[in-house]
Amino acid sequence: MSDYNFAYLDEQTKRMIRRAILKGLAVPGYQVPFASREMPMPYGWGTGGVQVSAASLTPDDTLKVIDQGADDTTNAVSIRKFFEKTAGVETTEETEKASIIQTRHRIPEAELTEDQILVYQVPIPEPLRFLEPRETETRKMHALQEYGLMHVKLYEDISQHGAIATAYAYPVKVEGRYVMDPSPIPKFDNPKMEMAAIQLFGAGREQRIYAVPPYTKVVSLDFEDYPFEASKADHACDLCAAKDSYLDEVILDDAGNRMFVCSDTDYCRSRRDAGHTGRLGEEAA
Amino acid sequence: MPQQLQNTAYVGGLSNPPVVSAQAFRAAMNAMARPGRTEEINGAIPPDGISVAAGSLLLTLCDPETGVYLAPDVDSEVLRGWLAFHTGAPIVAAEQADFALGSWAALTPLDRFRIGTPEYPDRSATLIVEVPGFGAPNAVLSGPGIKDAAKMALPDLAAFQNNTLLYPLGVDFFFTCGTQVAALPRSTQISAEA
Repeated sequence: MSDYNFAYLDEQTKRMIRRAILKGLAVPGYQVPFASREMPMPYGWGTGGVQVSAASLTPDDTLKVIDQGADDTTNAVSIRKFFEKTAGVETTEETEKASIIQTRHRIPEAELTEDQILVYQVPIPEPLRFLEPRETETRKMHALQEYGLMHVKLYEDISQHGAIATAYAYPVKVEGRYVMDPSPIPKFDNPKMEMAAIQLFGAGREQRIYAVPPYTKVVSLDFEDYPFEASKADHACDLCAAKDSYLDEVILDDAGNRMFVCSDTDYCRSRRDAGHTGRLGEEAA
Repeated sequence: MPQQLQNTAYVGGLSNPPVVSAQAFRAAMNAMARPGRTEEINGAIPPDGISVAAGSLLLTLCDPETGVYLAPDVDSEVLRGWLAFHTGAPIVAAEQADFALGSWAALTPLDRFRIGTPEYPDRSATLIVEVPGFGAPNAVLSGPGIKDAAKMALPDLAAFQNNTLLYPLGVDFFFTCGTQVAALPRSTQISAEA
């Protein structure tokens, strides 16, 4: 038994967050303001996601935390430990075994099920923020569905680079109404957002919660002649030979040698366990 | 106040609030995320005449920051005392309510409730409708949270369809009966069962 209230937050805070989550689910893609609390970790380390997870957890849950797809990086390990200590929940690194997955900037490769909840850590929830710094104005733009500026930005990408150069935090339109920031996931993950699991988004510093219910239409913005393309590095994973997963590029030495590996460490490990071996697989094992 | 009323107000709260309210919230969230599907919810034992599901929702979501409207058919000294003791939520008029409780007949007309503003559509009421049961479905639902189509028994069609037309404004509904809860957010498209 720990000396913390279950899942760290006090009950009044959890009720406030829960009410925001319910309104977020009722209006998919709309950013619900909430009174974000100080957490025992700095802003930018997933305080929004942690608060949403804390308000959603029950003692029966199994929690998985990933940071850029990896279970074993500082951010993921510390948040997992945090909930082990304050909520006493089971934790796992296996996507299939988790009932709540908190993520920083990736969607797991394995398809999520109806029994799972995906909680995103969001740095800047407002997709229009870099185009219009005033909150009063962006609120109005969402109210009026005034999203022309976002299309101008994508058009300027095309006119400067010949293609839409936005590669992450690629804006989406939810159920034909709200333009939403999917958090800085690679655009490779955008098509996965139409999924069976509940998706919750928490931005701690910016004090916003939003949500996408299962099977909600999530369309990446594009143009007829420049359709959206979910891109990834044109390689196979050098450890597990997967051709369908999102890859990280790792520089190996000063001679410019490099390798590509799955960013989803659990997906890569399960493939290697199943006997798949990539170009550098044996050396790594 | 008679002794009996005083006692009733103090019993029936959540036995272990951090855990029980977390489980109740998950039921409420699953219901809201998947319109038309019923979930088991319990934890609270409200005064006579109020379902366990409705009582559990109120204790899970309400506190001194949320105004609650009690429709005439459920409003009573006992219930007011029970809510005051367990949540501290103020009882308010329908026009100011964050949450409202009652039967469908007692909650209508809906246009009394807050539907949010264009900039802040979340500043809207959530209605907890006590229903006699989840009987034969008369409505077909589609939209967020629904894979292809879902079916649900609704006490009315036109009123809910009009609420959907207000999207992204509008009110959201929980339906409660016994220990079961279902939900209907404003985002759901509703048509009559063929």
